[in-house]
Amino acid sequence: MGKYKADIVAAVCLALFGVYVISVASRLDYVSEVGPGPGFFPLWLGIGLVVFGAGLIAASFSRSPSGENATSWATAGRSLTGWLGLMVAVALLGKLGFALAFVLLTVFFVAALDRRPIFLALGIGVGLAVAFQLIFVVALDVSLPTGWFGF
Amino acid sequence: MDALHNLLLGFSIALAPINLFWCLIGVILGTMVGVLPGLGPAATIAMLLPLTLKMDHTTAIIALAGIFYGARYGGSTTSILLNIPGESSSVVTCLDGYQMARQGRAGAALGISAIASFVAGTVGVLGLMLIAPPLARFALRFAPPEYFALMVLGLTMVVFLAGESMIKALLAMFVGLWIATIGADLFTAESRFTFGQAKLLGGVDFIAATVGVFAIGEVMVNLEAQGGAEVFKLGKGLRNLLPTWQDLKDCRFAFLNGSLVGFFVGALPGAGATVASFMSYGIEKAFSRHPEKFGTGVIEGVAAPEGANNADAGGALVPLLTLGIPGGNTTAILLGGLILWGYKPGPLLIQEHPELFWGLVASMYVGNVLLLVLNLPLVPLFAQILRLPYYVLYPLIVGISIVGVYSVNNSLFDVWLMGIFGLLGYLMRKLDFPAAALILGMVLGDSLERALRQSLMMSQGDISILVTRPISATLLAISAGVLLLPLARKVRSWRVEAIERES
Repeated sequence: MGKYKADIVAAVCLALFGVYVISVASRLDYVSEVGPGPGFFPLWLGIGLVVFGAGLIAASFSRSPSGENATSWATAGRSLTGWLGLMVAVALLGKLGFALAFVLLTVFFVAALDRRPIFLALGIGVGLAVAFQLIFVVALDVSLPTGWFGF
Repeated sequence: MDALHNLLLGFSIALAPINLFWCLIGVILGTMVGVLPGLGPAATIAMLLPLTLKMDHTTAIIALAGIFYGARYGGSTTSILLNIPGESSSVVTCLDGYQMARQGRAGAALGISAIASFVAGTVGVLGLMLIAPPLARFALRFAPPEYFALMVLGLTMVVFLAGESMIKALLAMFVGLWIATIGADLFTAESRFTFGQAKLLGGVDFIAATVGVFAIGEVMVNLEAQGGAEVFKLGKGLRNLLPTWQDLKDCRFAFLNGSLVGFFVGALPGAGATVASFMSYGIEKAFSRHPEKFGTGVIEGVAAPEGANNADAGGALVPLLTLGIPGGNTTAILLGGLILWGYKPGPLLIQEHPELFWGLVASMYVGNVLLLVLNLPLVPLFAQILRLPYYVLYPLIVGISIVGVYSVNNSLFDVWLMGIFGLLGYLMRKLDFPAAALILGMVLGDSLERALRQSLMMSQGDISILVTRPISATLLAISAGVLLLPLARKVRSWRVEAIERES
């Protein structure tokens, strides 16, 4: 996607988001008994988002699309896959505990995304998980999420 | 002469072996909690407060204050090396510090951060010693309209965070301001934008958001390239791991700027180190001979905010000790400690308990020297972390992020938020929206809304209250000037172009 197209999409999304903020804010009191109400500040924020969103759309259209650096989305798949892996690991934190969920996430990053040998991935995952337990739980008395296995 | 005499009394107390020992323990603990995101000085001091009940009170305040300003030293480490802000006041350090690390200058960035912290920390203590009572009286003149104007001035720093598009920076800032409104309303407790989630009633955790936007967003960007985006370079030998003489010369103004802005903003209750660091960065960029290089790894961009957030520690103690007004969470807990030990912080504290005040002041000089001596030799050691291969480094960053965010409230919900903000940070990088502008809005949103609404309550809805009071009018006029700065620069460049074309 060209950079200016990406800018227009982002600007439209932000302007629509501004409309949403205005709609929620207008359901809250603009003025209360003691002064400005809970809807006062968000309403102006929503207006600001719409105005600046429209400004970005106008600025993008006024720029020539040719000769601009395109925003590369071709490799975004790997990043988004990595992000999904992170979110799955977060979901597993409460069930498997920090140590196991982190080992799985590391194996996913190193072996699946980066195509490194599985044993290397496991070694890194286990090594880092043990280091985290020793530094944070044992030395600093920080509590980490625990799961079914108690760690 | 009185100040000198009192300072000598202070040093005789601070240099007593027991006080020196606890000062050392305090600054080491402070550095550690500063390095780790989430584990802030407020929580650490709160945990240790009961242990101080049996200690000598001067020793106790020396140890606890050591944690307070020691944390400011440590906060820069993960910002520079891993793009994870250890403290909210270290967010700005990420902008140039992390870029310096990418260019193989992590050691210089860490070193200048320690030196700036030392210089500004010492200036902060000097300020605390010399001008605490009059400054505290001046700070008392800040009512909601003045705070509103100060927050507006803070927000205008967005001008200096904007890359190629000012509109994008403003949009990012507005989204940040909106995020700050999430949760129960400040005055009516009505829920706003909580999407039915009770856990959002307390608002979005700041650490979760910053760690997500900066650290997770950065990891996602680097995941794009198989085999890692880029291996960090790291200079060999001690000379390449510390700032050069030229670096120190380049940072002369940054040291001064950070020290003064940090101290004066710190002395205003509620303003905080984060505001000070953003403002000093903005001032540094505004007066720089190469403003266009900021954000690409400029050493002054590290020295100014790091100095500011350390000088702030001295400033924050001014209203606490002279008026009994805490400026933030940590000083509120310190106030609790002082009251618990039987003191009445206020105008008479210095006269009634000179050993406590001057012992603390002198211990802060000693503590700053200890921190510099401790931190500079650690620079090469910390910098070695960048020698790790990227496939170890990225899981390490994600692991530290999860632990740091979880440890703030022991909340998995915050870790979810961190993930969501990570995606937002990634999209912002892809679309060239400045992430620091979003964080600026988040930091100031709450205070801005509170000050605005309180001002309008004071004036019964008359908005002219904001411009009819001298301090707020001055601050708003400066803000307007800052906002017009990019326009003035553009007009000047058009004129230069026109003159060149004509000639």
